[in-house]
Amino acid sequence: MSSNTEPITLLNAEGIYSANKALPLDVDAVDATALYRDMVMARRVDTEAIALQRQGELGLWPSLLGQEAAQVGAAHALKPRDVVFPTYREHGVAWCRGVNPVDLLGLFRGTTLGGWDPAANNFNLYTLVIGAQTLHGIGYAMGIVRDGDVGTGDPARDRAVLVFLGDGALSEGETNEAFVWAAAQNLPVVFFCQNNQWAISAPYSVQSKVSVAQRAQGFGFAGVRVDGNDAFACLAATEEALAAARAGKGPTLIEALTYRRNPHTTSDDDGRYRSGAENDAWAALDPIDRLRTYLTSNGQLEEAILEQISGQEKSLAEQLRSGCRALPNPGPASPFQNTYAELPWELEQQMNEHLEFVEAGE
Amino acid sequence: MSATSTRMPLAHALNLGLRHAMEADDKVMLLGEDIGQLGGVFRVTDGLQKSFGDHRVVDSPLGEAGIAGSAIGLAMAGYRPVCEIQFDGFVFPAMNQIITQLAKFHHRSEGTISVPVVIRIPVGGGIGAIEHHSESPEAYFAHTAGLKVVSPSTPQEAYDMMGLAIRSDDPVIFLEPKRSYWLKGDVDSGNSPEELQKATVVRDGQDLTLVAYGALMPVALKAAEVCQSEGRNIEVIDLRSLSPIDDKTLIESVERTGRMVVAHEASRTAGLGAEVAARVQDAAFHSLLSPVIRVTGYDTPYPPSRLEEDWLPGLDRILDGIDRSFTY
Ligand SMILES: Cc1ncc(C[n+]2csc(CCOP(=O)(O)OP(=O)(O)O)c2C)c(N)n1
Repeated sequence: MSSNTEPITLLNAEGIYSANKALPLDVDAVDATALYRDMVMARRVDTEAIALQRQGELGLWPSLLGQEAAQVGAAHALKPRDVVFPTYREHGVAWCRGVNPVDLLGLFRGTTLGGWDPAANNFNLYTLVIGAQTLHGIGYAMGIVRDGDVGTGDPARDRAVLVFLGDGALSEGETNEAFVWAAAQNLPVVFFCQNNQWAISAPYSVQSKVSVAQRAQGFGFAGVRVDGNDAFACLAATEEALAAARAGKGPTLIEALTYRRNPHTTSDDDGRYRSGAENDAWAALDPIDRLRTYLTSNGQLEEAILEQISGQEKSLAEQLRSGCRALPNPGPASPFQNTYAELPWELEQQMNEHLEFVEAGE
Repeated sequence: MSATSTRMPLAHALNLGLRHAMEADDKVMLLGEDIGQLGGVFRVTDGLQKSFGDHRVVDSPLGEAGIAGSAIGLAMAGYRPVCEIQFDGFVFPAMNQIITQLAKFHHRSEGTISVPVVIRIPVGGGIGAIEHHSESPEAYFAHTAGLKVVSPSTPQEAYDMMGLAIRSDDPVIFLEPKRSYWLKGDVDSGNSPEELQKATVVRDGQDLTLVAYGALMPVALKAAEVCQSEGRNIEVIDLRSLSPIDDKTLIESVERTGRMVVAHEASRTAGLGAEVAARVQDAAFHSLLSPVIRVTGYDTPYPPSRLEEDWLPGLDRILDGIDRSFTY
């Protein structure tokens, strides 16, 4: 696989598919309509969340605008028993994993520090400390190996870990430790780096002289660089890497080269550090438009399907709006009850003191 | 107000303090994530890269160990680096460098090496932020010998303490109460500031000593006002230096008032309040009319923001603590 070269594109900006020997894909087996639907829905989650933030319903929202192909493409390569370790921006992956999109809002609304059961969909909680999840993925992968769930050849049994990270996260020591472990122990882990080219205001050049994919070589595993606005390339690369991981062939680092078209979060002002022209250039490479053109020109996107998707979008929007406002405020005792598995007596005293104080204030 | 005095928010006072320190000494330089063109997420370094160039205001890679560790090396090379950690919850990847290296170099080198590094960290809650953006990590640092830990509470203090911290030959952990970044006050840049390790009596009183620092200072002053209307005369002390602690000022005060309440946002167990209480009880036991009372955050992780208003020690809980002191 290539590493510091041009990213591999299978579906180009004009929506035309061409096969590439470096990254095989059985295009006829791909449910492109499902990819399209999930990308549209991921974008809708994002748009609605931004609107909710503007209405004061959320404190903050990290937008994924422009990263839908990377997330949905990667997510479609997952099997149910694979386990995902996300950052805080993987709303599209969460959607594909079956996490209730309303549950994504709690962390940003301030009603919870989690929001969903990680085991229910094999999709872990969002991680706000950059890079920390990379090592959790390593440990989980070690567990999978010890459980004997790698390289059995039984597709119902073999499984792998998919860790998401940003390009900025590559600079954290912990990420580099994760790479060392993954290589040294030949772990069933795939690192999927969405290189959206900015870590808040720091361009990629602040983090690295070489491409993300090329960095894998130094650690001793494969790196592959794909067009992150191309859902087919993201899917193909992740499928191949996950298959290798499940088969016991060790880790891969995938670089999906893309662009964050919105500010880093709703609190950020990207006018201070980058140009509108750059943004426009990437808007012209929009991943959803690209796949729609492909589907339309192949006659796969009939009016009925489009209507169905737009109906689903509308009900998703409604679900997010009403669901957000209905997210329950945590009870005043909850921080105390959830600090330890067993409530220490001293904390119980603090809890009672606190509850008395809260009641008196009401 | 003197001729050099201007009204500004605390964040601007910090910016001015940095600017003046950089003008005064060309060995002063800044390191941190997003501190250049963006001016830091709180804009504390706004405009400094433009004025001093990207050799002196360095947008670092995204790695806190890298920021703190390279600052140590820069200090050894004769520079005076001032690091910005973007948020309190993100200082922990740098803890190895801060605790095992930064704090110990002077001691290990038998005094031959100084590491005049300042590590600036926005701290504390009350701004409705998400997880890891409202922490109070001061006790970790105060527990580590070799570090100075300080926290200003007004724009004037922010300006003065920044200059003092940068001129200090010891490493300084500089905790910026982020809730107070927008708090306005007069800043006299021609002031000759008090030493860094000094607590200040910001309000005189005879009946009880209330100790706080950082973002809780305005709340403490408000509490003193409320008590005044009820006929209790509260002395308020801004601790300013969390390590070393200026016990002299605390003890003198409690010897006069006989009572003490100490308030902080950080969790109670092994927090600064415990240290203050222990010192005062040790040195002024016979002057005390009641035990030193702590009003603090609870021993839980910082809660989701919808709960923070009640979780944080606010006016009512401080007044409650004062009332409790008077039940003895
Ligand atoms: C350890 C740590 N340091 C700093 C931050 C503050 N911060 C939040 S997001 C971010 C940039 C992340 O960039 P990248 O890894 O490229 O991911 P992206 O947000 O672009 O998806 C920074 C510096 C943090 N969350 N954690």
